[in-house]
Amino acid sequence: MAFLTLKNLRFRQGTWQFAIDAKIERNSCTAIIGPSGAGKSTLLSLIAGFERPERGAIFVDAEDITALAPALRPVTILFQENNLFAHLTLARNIGLGRHPGLQLSAEDKTRIEEAVAAVGLDGLEDRLPESVSGGERQRAALARCLCQDRAVLLLDEPFNSLDPALRHEMRSLVDRLRRERCLTVLLVSHNPEEAAEIADTALFMHGGQILERGNLEELLKRPRTSQLAHYLGQSRE
Amino acid sequence: MKFLLRGGFALLTAITYCAQAETEKLTIYTYSSFVSDWGPGPAVKKAFERDCNCELDFVGLEDGAALLSRLQLEGRHSKADIILGLDTNLTTEAAATGLLAPHGLNIDELDLSIDWTDDVFLPYDYGHFAFVYDSEALAVVPGSLEALVQDTSGPQLIIQDPRTSTPGLGLLLWIRVVFGDDAPLAWSQLAPRILTVTAGWSTAYGLFLEGEAPLVLSYTTSPAYHRHVEGTDRYRAAAFSEGHYAQIEVAAKLADSPHQALADRFLVFMLSPAFQDLIPTTNWMFPAGRTSQPLPDAFTGLVQPTRTLLIEPEQVAAHRRAWVREWLEVLGR
Amino acid sequence: MARSPGPLTRKFYAIARISWPGVVSALFLLLLIGATFTVLLIGSGPIRLINDLGKDPYLRQVVGFTLWQASLSTLLSIGMAIPVARAFARQSSFPGRRLVLQLLGLPVVTPVIVAVLGIIAVYGQSGILRDGLQLLGLSWSGRFYGLTGILVAHVFFNFPLSVRMLLPAWDRIPSENWRLAAQLGMNSRQLFRWLEWPALTSVLPGTAAVVFLLCFSSFAVVLVLGGGPSATTIEVAIYQALRFEFDPPRAAALALGQLGICTALVLGLHHWIRAQSISRGLASGARYRPDVDQSIHRSFDLAVIGLTSTFVALPLGAIVYAGCTGPLSSVLLDSRLWAAAGRSVGIALAAAAVALSLAVGLLVTSRHLVFQLRRRTESDVLQIAGSITLAVPPMVTGTGLFLLLLPLGIAFDLAVLVIILVNATLVLPYMMRTVGPAFLDAGHRYDRLCRQLGMSGWYRLRLADWPIIRRPLGFAVALCATLSVGDMGVAALFDTSGAITLPVLLYHRLGAYRFDEAAVTALALIVLCAVVFLVVDRGIGRWHS
Repeated sequence: MAFLTLKNLRFRQGTWQFAIDAKIERNSCTAIIGPSGAGKSTLLSLIAGFERPERGAIFVDAEDITALAPALRPVTILFQENNLFAHLTLARNIGLGRHPGLQLSAEDKTRIEEAVAAVGLDGLEDRLPESVSGGERQRAALARCLCQDRAVLLLDEPFNSLDPALRHEMRSLVDRLRRERCLTVLLVSHNPEEAAEIADTALFMHGGQILERGNLEELLKRPRTSQLAHYLGQSRE
Repeated sequence: MKFLLRGGFALLTAITYCAQAETEKLTIYTYSSFVSDWGPGPAVKKAFERDCNCELDFVGLEDGAALLSRLQLEGRHSKADIILGLDTNLTTEAAATGLLAPHGLNIDELDLSIDWTDDVFLPYDYGHFAFVYDSEALAVVPGSLEALVQDTSGPQLIIQDPRTSTPGLGLLLWIRVVFGDDAPLAWSQLAPRILTVTAGWSTAYGLFLEGEAPLVLSYTTSPAYHRHVEGTDRYRAAAFSEGHYAQIEVAAKLADSPHQALADRFLVFMLSPAFQDLIPTTNWMFPAGRTSQPLPDAFTGLVQPTRTLLIEPEQVAAHRRAWVREWLEVLGR
Repeated sequence: MARSPGPLTRKFYAIARISWPGVVSALFLLLLIGATFTVLLIGSGPIRLINDLGKDPYLRQVVGFTLWQASLSTLLSIGMAIPVARAFARQSSFPGRRLVLQLLGLPVVTPVIVAVLGIIAVYGQSGILRDGLQLLGLSWSGRFYGLTGILVAHVFFNFPLSVRMLLPAWDRIPSENWRLAAQLGMNSRQLFRWLEWPALTSVLPGTAAVVFLLCFSSFAVVLVLGGGPSATTIEVAIYQALRFEFDPPRAAALALGQLGICTALVLGLHHWIRAQSISRGLASGARYRPDVDQSIHRSFDLAVIGLTSTFVALPLGAIVYAGCTGPLSSVLLDSRLWAAAGRSVGIALAAAAVALSLAVGLLVTSRHLVFQLRRRTESDVLQIAGSITLAVPPMVTGTGLFLLLLPLGIAFDLAVLVIILVNATLVLPYMMRTVGPAFLDAGHRYDRLCRQLGMSGWYRLRLADWPIIRRPLGFAVALCATLSVGDMGVAALFDTSGAITLPVLLYHRLGAYRFDEAAVTALALIVLCAVVFLVVDRGIGRWHS
């Protein structure tokens, strides 16, 4: 069994049905691409535990996590926005990753410092989110994810609002952290070329189904289905 | 002699009781104008507390008739020891609640200025109802109740609610005596000119003095206040040819009161000159018991009713609710 | 093999763990209302009600008058509010605009009995208005007590409220419509007909519904200004049945009738009431309008606004003036005043605390239902529970509790407790509507984040929600405490020698016709309200944890 397995996952949203089967390898970085409304964010919601599937199961490291609450799953997620509490300092935000009531032991504090260093935020821990830049805020959110010490990292287009150069920087950071800490990363992106910088595999979603899967470079060069071709802007004769 | 003996014994018991306990508190429910600063309340309190080594606490309700419903409302758990301010129209109903105790005093020895036979209630003052008018605002004074009711272009007047106020109830009964079964018709003729119906005598009289209307339901003795205190003859009572309805105000003690001896003592005090002397110049009514001084000059020349009207208390008790409902219905139109 | 709870049991516990606050709050309210209902029904209420309505014309008159005065008050308030709201919308900037709008917010928080006193001082038989008219050689000999007085008082309270509730309608008109109208050359009347009136129709029914309900359940105004059986509303009749006539079955019958009509009204109008919120935002974004520059409209609008301000300020000013020039020392040094004031504040804070706990319980669970269990309808049920007092007037609840405790002989001993509970239900809708949106906003922003981090319950309230809801909560608690301090409804019912609140004391002074003492007491009450409001609002809103 692969590290992260989605087995016969069924979910209904509005009018369309969601049917997913997938196997994700440990320490991989998988990009989830597809047109808007395809269900990419829904997939992440299901894995994170915000939605319950009608049928099917999710396994992480051979453990069935389908019935677990979000906080109990070995999963951590970075949203598009509102990743930090606006009224708490960066340090406290990051500390919440260790304990939801901010009752921190000495070991917790060490881990927090490590996380801050890992994302390169030294010296800014005591600032409020509004007084640092967008990039620094996302770094802090990332540091909090690290503090949670979970095996799976989900990214729901968190770098959208940053400039291209910063996006590149953040992607490199994620890649480095993945390798250093042996994380399994799932990354939703609507820019496949950019995602290709750090993702090796990809899942192409359309209408709630995974239509194509495999090596990202391959998929981009030779789309097998017309929908993917259409999505990439290449038409198939 | 027997009275003195009994009174003395009660006094002694009261003193011993007071001496033993800390200052005992006697709670008296009465109407608000009694306890106001210019009413009898403060002086009575001072006079009684001087000798009894106790504390007198007055609780003022809207007016006399409200005392009855409060009694019924609070029932056996009432904090009152004495209820002061009902009149003879309500005594039957009040006694029927079973909450009041006989006063135990010998009436023959009480030297009252009126005929009295009740063994539960004791009278403390009396008077006649009358419409009081402002002579500077009213040119034509009605000479009879009939004239007042039937003069459709007549002056506006202020009256009290018969459910809470003894004058209000008095007017209800007065009209019933004069007009008999035509009382509802009389009320319907009077209704358009009623400026407002107040819950208590004080509000009504206060509105009258502010000039809101030239006529108010009050007592024949009300002008005495203005003569005595303000030195003016401006406010006068209208004499009605049919006669005036009488009011005798009474007090009684509650059977469940823990301060029986003190309550008895108060009732005795109430009929003594110490209390009765205060009545004419603070409550502006005629004293029912002995006084040590004659009435002030202001009480001369007041309206003397040609007839005193009074309905038997049992009759009132039997019909009061129905008559009040009728009144509500007529005025509610 | 260890027996671990199955998935279903675990799910149940999970839901129970998070939903218990809402369930507890809802049960509490249900118990309170249920007890009231039971008592009223048991005392042969319904039979007596139907009997009485059939046989007793007075009761029919009372019900009829209640509906009649509520309808007239609503028509007058709304009718006057439309041109005034229009004037405010049109004149989006003039010196003192914000101040005047805040002035219009005063009547709602003024104690009813104080405002009534002020209205008598201005409009009464010997009031400022008559004196002024006499100076001009005019005279008006209409009767003030009765329907006229009641209407004036109701308009005083509800017309400014209506203006504030109608004003947001103008924000719904897209700015492009104004430009289009300018291009088409529409004049002021056409603008009203084609642009403003359609926008108004979206808020008018809700406003009218709220105003009607408020006037229908009005107590203190009718008690003081009614002036007789011809102008008695159901709530006053309940009060009189209990305190004047000692007729508990009749009181129960009347209370049942009031309950029935109010519930029917709320159910019938709920669609419009739900849309209404007691919003603080009175957006004054300068909008382009083709008729805003014409001086004739500007003069008219400013005149209208000036008259409105005078109308609102005059009674309040009269009281403040009379209070300041009255026997200040003798009244203020009276210990009874301070005892009553202390009691009022104690009751108000307790009532606000109870209401806050109930509201937070309902909102926490409601939010959980919306975001995590996707159960919108159940969440709506909880929110409606918080507005239960629109259908069940506090006087009815108070009567029910009173009749419940009376045979036990503890009715007057528990007076303070009952007043606290009833006042809590009175202010609960305001609490829900002020704190609710902030709660939901915090949910929108941080729900997933909190679930991800495992923040729930107390941690979530303290770390995630508190900073966002602190200001609205401070305002809500302050508002509710102030409303409770000034309330004279149930407190009048339980009026007994031991437990008088300040408004009731004022009512007594008014009854004894000690006008100048009453004015000073009223001034003391106003100051007390203002102090309570400021202290609580600043205290909670700006407190740094």
